[in-house]
Amino acid sequence: MSRFLSISILLLFVLHVSSESAGEEEFTEELLFRPLPDRKVLSHFHFESRAPPTNSYGHHHRLFPKAIYQLVHKYRIKQMELSFTQGRWNYDSWGGFDPIASSNAKPPGVELWAVFGVPPDQVDASWKNLTHTLSGLFCASINFLESSTAYSAPDWSFRSLSGNLRYGSLPREAVCTENLTPWLKLLPCRDKSGLSSLMNRPSIYSGFYHSQRLHLTSDEFDPVALHGIMLEQTLTIVLQPDSLETHPSFSGSRKLQPSWSMSSLFGKTVDGKCALAKSSNVYVQLEGSLVYNMKNTWNSIDSYEGDSNFGFTVSPDRMMKEINSIDKEGYSILYGFSINNDHSSKPFDLGFWWKLPVTWSCVKAPLRVSRFLMGSGNEKGAIALSLQSTEWSQSLLKADNNGEKCNLRVDVFQLVPWYIKVYYHTTKIYVDGASQSLGDIIEKMSVSPSEDKVSPGVMEMILRLPCDMKSASLTLEFDKGFLHIDEYPPDANQGFDIPSAIISYPDFQTRLQYKLDTTSIKSPMVSKMQERRTILSYTEVLLVPLTTPDFSMPYNVITITCTVFALYFGSLLNALRRRVGEEERLRKSKDKSTGKLRLLLSKLSAKLRGKPWEPPSSTPPSSSSKFISTKVVIKIILIAAIAFGWQYYDG
Amino acid sequence: MLVQCTMDLLFYYRSLGLSLMIENFPAGDIAALVYLWNPLTIITCLGYSTSPIENLMIVLSLYGACRRLVRLAAFGWVMASHLSLYPVILIIPLVLLIGSGLDTPPRKLFLQPKHSDGYKKTSFSWRRVVLFFLWASAWALYVLLLCGISLKEYSGLGEMFKRTYGFILSVEDLSPNIGVLWYFFAEVFDFFRDFFLIVFHINILFMVLPLAIRLHHRPCFLAFVYIAISSILKSYPSVGDSALYLGLLGLFVNALADMQFSFFLFSGYLGTLLLSPVMNNLWIWRGTGNANFYFATAMAYACFQIILVVESVSSMLNHDRALKKGATTVAKKVQ
Repeated sequence: MSRFLSISILLLFVLHVSSESAGEEEFTEELLFRPLPDRKVLSHFHFESRAPPTNSYGHHHRLFPKAIYQLVHKYRIKQMELSFTQGRWNYDSWGGFDPIASSNAKPPGVELWAVFGVPPDQVDASWKNLTHTLSGLFCASINFLESSTAYSAPDWSFRSLSGNLRYGSLPREAVCTENLTPWLKLLPCRDKSGLSSLMNRPSIYSGFYHSQRLHLTSDEFDPVALHGIMLEQTLTIVLQPDSLETHPSFSGSRKLQPSWSMSSLFGKTVDGKCALAKSSNVYVQLEGSLVYNMKNTWNSIDSYEGDSNFGFTVSPDRMMKEINSIDKEGYSILYGFSINNDHSSKPFDLGFWWKLPVTWSCVKAPLRVSRFLMGSGNEKGAIALSLQSTEWSQSLLKADNNGEKCNLRVDVFQLVPWYIKVYYHTTKIYVDGASQSLGDIIEKMSVSPSEDKVSPGVMEMILRLPCDMKSASLTLEFDKGFLHIDEYPPDANQGFDIPSAIISYPDFQTRLQYKLDTTSIKSPMVSKMQERRTILSYTEVLLVPLTTPDFSMPYNVITITCTVFALYFGSLLNALRRRVGEEERLRKSKDKSTGKLRLLLSKLSAKLRGKPWEPPSSTPPSSSSKFISTKVVIKIILIAAIAFGWQYYDG
Repeated sequence: MLVQCTMDLLFYYRSLGLSLMIENFPAGDIAALVYLWNPLTIITCLGYSTSPIENLMIVLSLYGACRRLVRLAAFGWVMASHLSLYPVILIIPLVLLIGSGLDTPPRKLFLQPKHSDGYKKTSFSWRRVVLFFLWASAWALYVLLLCGISLKEYSGLGEMFKRTYGFILSVEDLSPNIGVLWYFFAEVFDFFRDFFLIVFHINILFMVLPLAIRLHHRPCFLAFVYIAISSILKSYPSVGDSALYLGLLGLFVNALADMQFSFFLFSGYLGTLLLSPVMNNLWIWRGTGNANFYFATAMAYACFQIILVVESVSSMLNHDRALKKGATTVAKKVQ
């Protein structure tokens, strides 16, 4: 009996171990709230789904969406990111340095990039098919990225990926609930339970910024497949909570920040976690600068309660402090709340309320970038990229390099459509208003000039700017092209978009490391924040008006031009055709007015003019005229007979 | 700018050699002066265009043919065709000039049998023509060899033909110019695009044969008419091309003295050339006008050019007719 028991225990153990080594599908859902300095609240949903490698786990999945699995296998995708964004990320007020801003501040419209594991000559075909598939999957017009005029292959300036990378962006794509619903369908619980049930459409789309992103990483096609496919879906929303209660006003001009709760932001509460999720957590992150400004009135930092500055309606389960903070002012704090299985009696409604007014500023990116157009008229213009130093970057840089000449490395990647014909030789750089020679500032530049109707213009540049500069600007001149009427969008007079340029700072890498307690649960979002990533900023989308032809006139133009050609053809042939004797014959035949009517008319005209009337000179060939007339009559009869016969036999 | 001025001076020198000495002034002087002082030429030079170089090559070929310098004529013709495709049609007047010489009288004038006052029927020297073709092919091979060597890293001659002649023939770029094709191909439906391309280019080619038949006794004038037609109907015309044929028009002033509508044409040219930049500015720079304004001036310009060509052809034919009538009466008197 005991032997049997020990054998069964051993067997169970072996089975357990083997099942663990085969891997399991995992799904976790997380939500992060962060109060922003300008009285808004950032909400960041993070859903992560993992599928083990196919060769050990097989083709059938429980949690992982089949559409994505088939996508990865059909197009042999190694990495892919697709984002739908509406609104502009405010780098000044919402931050540009932390991991969430770097990975979730996206350009407006659709952005898609993908790395394929196919031979280089098949990458374009895979890209085309991928755009069509994604277009159908997400009900968006991503298929416009299929033509070679819309995408490019950046070499080295985009996220340090190389090889079979393709990048494309559609700035004018509008994002609506039609795109959100298929995105939510990829989640195991859809939007029925768990954190995704908070996604109330009117609340999301009334925000200042919302961006839904899908990031896919797979090593299925590597020689040794370890991790399988990892699908990360994030939704980042910036909302402004209504200030619900009136608070006593405080001294000076300081106003209390608005208090918010899940029900006030989204209008819904969480009834329970998604049953298929491994873990479901909510976090509230207070930035370093905020913690620093609150420190004076904070009684005990190590306790779970915020004390006299703010309060939660639900007490947090754990509190994590940031270690190795780059920010001089202080470390950020992360409060974690776990969501259990059943909240049907008391729904989980996290609320945050302020007790004392406090102001803080977020950590900005090293430079403030903006892009604008110069020039007037519809023939030429110039693109200008302006980089201004932020006070935060000044202090950071001075601390780093004291000895040798300090340089800030800035990578620029810009994609310009073919009808904006940029002249790259007219690049000018100004630092603090003074013109610089290009060799001083540009370390490396790679340009792929545009080709009419074939490919866009791609510019990748590494700039080395002095650390102590106040502002720098880069200008490029361009000519505007002229398009066929079919190539204009329906609202042609609005103009055409130049997609955002991507500015990255490879010198800096941002990460947020949190000291995890012993009771901490493994959180994918937090561990993702701990990875080093480069800082990215996106510039504005530029709107360029182009001259339009008159769209109402295709027929008129064609007929008028063909009339001119016919005029040329006919009159020149006529001039060439005239023979010597013909003019005399023509003149003679005019004098021959033998008809009675003509005689009468000439008599009348002579009487009116008061001249004596002369009878016209009679010239012989009346017989010839009669001959001609009989010939004509015979011809007419013949044609009529043919026509009659045709009608009779055919009709 | 200096290059353009030297090109113009070379044209002047060459056209002096082309003087058809008739009555009062050498027509070559008039032609040269018309070309040099033409505001269109001055504008072309100011705009740093390469049209004066093409014009120089065309005039070189005509000069060489008139002076029976076969090598020079072949060089000019090959270079002019290489630079812009349309001077290929000048092969016919060049062959006629080289074969028969400059002063080919109309054959029909002297078809009277019995007068033999020293007028012998000029013979057509085939030897010179064959020599011309040999030199032309030699120059062409040389030019293609040089192009092939310099384009070896850039995927070779086929790419060059596609990008230069293919571009001219397929009208890919739709930027506004003083011709009529840009707006047409911006608005034409894609289904008919190839059809209309063929029609417009055949319009030039079709006129080659009838004109050659009718004006084969006046090869210089034939060359002028070919140049005029190609500068009206080519895919990317410019005022530099118009400057060339207006200069060459000066060679024939004495024959074309009775041209109808000459004042109308002069004021028409002046009007459209003054209005055209204004309409361009209104449409593109101020945005208060429409593409139709600019296109209307381009069409009016094309119409005036067409009227000029047709009227010059008919007045030249009338002049010939008058000459023939005068000659026959003289011959009759002599008899």
